[in-house]
Formats: sequence, structure tokens, C-alpha cells
Amino acid sequence: MRPLFDTRSNPALVWAGVALAALALLWLPFALAQVGTSWVRIANYAILYALLALGLNIVVGFAGLLDLGYVAFYAVGAYTYALLASPHFGLHLPFWVVLPIGALVAALFGVLLGAPTLKLRGDYLAIVTLGFGEIVRIFLNNLSRPVNLTNGPQGIARIDPFSLGGVDFSQPQAFLGLALSGPIKYYYLLLAVLVAILVINVRLQNSRIGRAWEAVREDEIAARAMGINTTHLKLLAFAMGATFGGVAGGMFSAIQGFISPESFVLVESIMVVAMVVLGGMGNIWGVILGALLLSFVPEILRWTVEPLQRALLGRMIVEPEVIRMLIFGLALVLVMRFRPAGLLPSAVRKRELTDDRAA
Amino acid sequence: MLLEVNGLEVRYGGIRAVKGIELAIEVGELVCLIGANGAGKSSTLRAICGLAPVHAGSVRYGGVDLAAAPVHERPRRGLVMVPEGRGIFAQLTVEENLAMGAFSRDDADVAGDLERQFESFPRLRERRLQTAGTLSGGEQQMLAIARALMARPRLLLLDEPSMGLAPRLVARIFAIVREIAAQGVTILLVEQNARLALEVADRGYVMESGAIALAGAAPQLLADPRVRAAYLGEGAA
Repeated sequence: MRPLFDTRSNPALVWAGVALAALALLWLPFALAQVGTSWVRIANYAILYALLALGLNIVVGFAGLLDLGYVAFYAVGAYTYALLASPHFGLHLPFWVVLPIGALVAALFGVLLGAPTLKLRGDYLAIVTLGFGEIVRIFLNNLSRPVNLTNGPQGIARIDPFSLGGVDFSQPQAFLGLALSGPIKYYYLLLAVLVAILVINVRLQNSRIGRAWEAVREDEIAARAMGINTTHLKLLAFAMGATFGGVAGGMFSAIQGFISPESFVLVESIMVVAMVVLGGMGNIWGVILGALLLSFVPEILRWTVEPLQRALLGRMIVEPEVIRMLIFGLALVLVMRFRPAGLLPSAVRKRELTDDRAA
Repeated sequence: MLLEVNGLEVRYGGIRAVKGIELAIEVGELVCLIGANGAGKSSTLRAICGLAPVHAGSVRYGGVDLAAAPVHERPRRGLVMVPEGRGIFAQLTVEENLAMGAFSRDDADVAGDLERQFESFPRLRERRLQTAGTLSGGEQQMLAIARALMARPRLLLLDEPSMGLAPRLVARIFAIVREIAAQGVTILLVEQNARLALEVADRGYVMESGAIALAGAAPQLLADPRVRAAYLGEGAA
């Protein structure tokens, strides 16, 4: 990772920047709440997408394995949480037990997908993973008979919210004179998880494993000739990516309180891939930027397109949803045309473009 | 014997690329395997590394049958290959490529070895922060060889190091190969450029359509009329 600022010449500047960013992030939900509580929820979903994008980035960006069925792991995490903490089975385990279980089950599914696809590459791998995502969704839809496991298309409702030491995350609460609504509390929780996963990602990228992934992505034969166990590394990438997907899924379950197979359709997978590609495959910050952009821009459109058309034309002609897809498609085409490595390309890809003969 | 290949057969589907060959290399030797395109040279090399399936016969390295050794285990035992077409990591820097070569090692002297590679290849030191993809073909080949040396090979397998290089660079690469051999590394060199390969090697094998056609000391092969006719572009005697 190349630093955004020149850290060597002025380290104090960086820390000041980090402190400012942290303050801004802590203050953000209150600002959003001023506009409307729904915006805090939107911010929460944006963070969830950032979690997903970071997880997928391990598979796609670090290890170079195109996974179009990533939402399956999100679904596995979400359903694991829902089944272990809802009236569906009458189980109400605390979130700090369920969330790790969800992550573990998702990791298992990651290996399950990884093992048979080890020899596949590129398009072929993409097709199999796409099929995997669909299989998981279809299973969730149909596992209501003969034994009602998932409650089929009706989904699972009344999922327990997070609660810790008597603090219920779905209820508003006053804390140090601040009125904390449910979404704001979730915002902070999500932010904490995001920071944790971010740290893990940065550490992974700069580790021996991260470098080995890079080698596998570049040239698999050469990587094997260097003594890299490519089988292990690919499975590890799938499992790690799936783990993060599972965590995000569990949080989604708890925040939403209701899940159904409809939340885990192919378009969701495509969306997360688009976030990774648009932001900059392999660059942690780019991936987060991609996730935030693709989560916020549609919402902003939803809030501006309709009033704008009514004001200018007197009635609504084009639905926000249509414009959203138009802009989404256009943005992807433009990025691929002008910044093929993403908005914030990874250091490895950026390096190609800059002359680097110093030292 | 450091390497013993007995009755090796390699098949791709129904095609027998290598039809039961015998090959042996002693510690310290520089042996070349020459032959025309498609003769089975690279398949032999890949089978020794574990990258191609051994259909029949055995590959013994340091007295141990390699059949059970996974590909990624072999560099750890000192069996290191420079892949055909160099196989450098184009997006990584020269230095990162070299570090990757030491991936299978867990001793502390990697930094020292990096320095030694830079001493033998000053060009690479000049370009150590450049991405490997921006190097010229000759520099890339040097990088591929230096990277393999980072693994501290006992047996170095070179697959067509002259491929795609200008004649002047080919000569330079072969001089490097000779130097590495002089430092005590055993080398198996697979090459289409028969003359150059035989000029640097101690011994040679000539492969033709999946079988060893001739074997012997390099000077002998260089003088052999059949080799001269078929591989050195001279009229039949």
C-alpha cells in the first residue's frame, strides 16, 4: 500500500488527518440524523457493503479469483444468524456466539466452493461461482419442506437484534447526554467491525500470505515453481473472503430483523463485484470508496430525481430506478475506459504508470 | 547421482510426449538436453518438477523418489526451475520478484543472498524498484535466473533460457549459466540452441520425438556428424 500522503516527510500530518477523519466518522451519524434517520440506515448499509467488498477483494483483488457468487456467503452468514437467534427454532443465542459461528459456517462454504474449482480460472471460475450463488439461494427458497429449515420464500422474521450487557441495539437510548437511536448505535458497531476488518486486510496484504497471493495472481506456474502451495492459498482466499461475507451477513440479519432469499439474488453479487472493480481491485481504500459510492449515489438519486423532475416538468417521467441503472452502467463503462484499474488503483497496478527509479 | 530419471513417460491425453527415457545427472555437472521443437524436452523438465504428470517410470532426486513430493515441496529440497518464457511476476518489482524466490526458505540470510544477486547482476540492482514487466527480455531472463538462485538450488532446471532473446544477450545468458555452474550448482539445461548449449555443457542428451536419440560428452556431440547435420545447420557429412 502506497500512503496517500508523504508519511516519511511529515508523520504528524498523517496522524492529524487520521484523527480528523475519525472525528468526522464519529460525528457523521448525528449529521445524517438531522437530515433523516433513513440516511443513518443508508450509511449502515453502505458500511455493510464495504464489509462485503473488502471480503470479496481478498478473493478477487488479492488472489485474482473472479467470484460472481459472493452473495452466497453473505446469505449463509445471515441465515446462520437468523436460525440461531430468532423464534423460528426458538433459539436465542447471544450475537457474540452466533456471529463467529456464522463466520465459520461461511468459511466452510468458502472451502466447499473453492475445492472443486481449484483448477478453474477466469471466465470458467466465474461461471461456476455464479452457479454456486444461485444454488445457495434456491436451496434457501426450497428448504421449507419436508423439514422447515429456512421457511422458504417467506423468510425468517423477528430476528434478535444485537444486545450486549442489557444494551439493546434496536432501541433508542440516551448516553452522556446524546440521544442515540437504534441505527446510530448500529452505525458505531458497524464502524468498529469495519475498522477491525480493515486492519486484518492491511495486515494480510503485507504479509507472506499476501505476497504469495500476489504471485499466484501473476503467474501460477511460476508461483508453484517458487515453492508456493497454490492449492492452500486459493482455498485460504476463498475461506477468508467467505468469513468476512458471513460476518456481514450476520450483521445484516440482526440489523434488518427479517431476511428472505430475495435479499441474496445474483444482482447483489454483481453489485459487490462492481464495487471492487470500480474502486480499484486489490486496493483496500479503493474498494471501500467503490462500496460507498455505489451505496450512496443511488440513494441520493432517489431523493433528488423525483423532486427535480416535478419541479422542472411538473410530473415524473423517468423513474429514479431507471436513472440509477443508466448512471451505474455509464459509470462502469467510463471507469473501464479511462481508469481500467479502478478509481484508486492498487499500488502494484499504479506502479506501472509511474516512473520509479529513485533510491 | 543427484538426479536419476528411469523409464520416464509423460502423456497428454492419448499423446505420448516422452516415451520412456533414461537420464542421470551427477553433482556438479552441467548437462544439457537438446532437440527440436516438440521433441519432449520441456515435458521432461516439467515432469521432473512435478508440473507434468509422470505416467510411468520414476524421477529420483538425491536418492529419493519424487513421486510423493508435491510441486511446492521440491524447491525446499533444492530442486528449482526457471520456467519457460521466464515466468517473472510482471507487476511486482525486481526486488519483490527476488524476495519471492526465497519464499520456500525460512533461514535468515535472505537479505545477504539478495545482495549477492545484485552483485552478480548489477543491472537488476539499478532496476530493483522497477516493475519486472518493464525490463527488457534479457534483463527478465537474468531476473528469472537470479530469482531461482534465491532459493539456493542444488539442482537448477533451466527451460529454454535463450528463447526470444537477441544473439548477443543469449551469449551473455549462457556465460551466466556457466558461472553458476562454476559456483557448484548442478544444472540441467533444456535448449533449442544446440550449439550454444553444447558449448557450455559438460554432457548432453539429444531428444527426438519423445526419446533420447544420442547421449554423450558435449564436445563429442558437437563433433558428431548426425548432431551437426540435424541441429547445427551443417550439411550431412
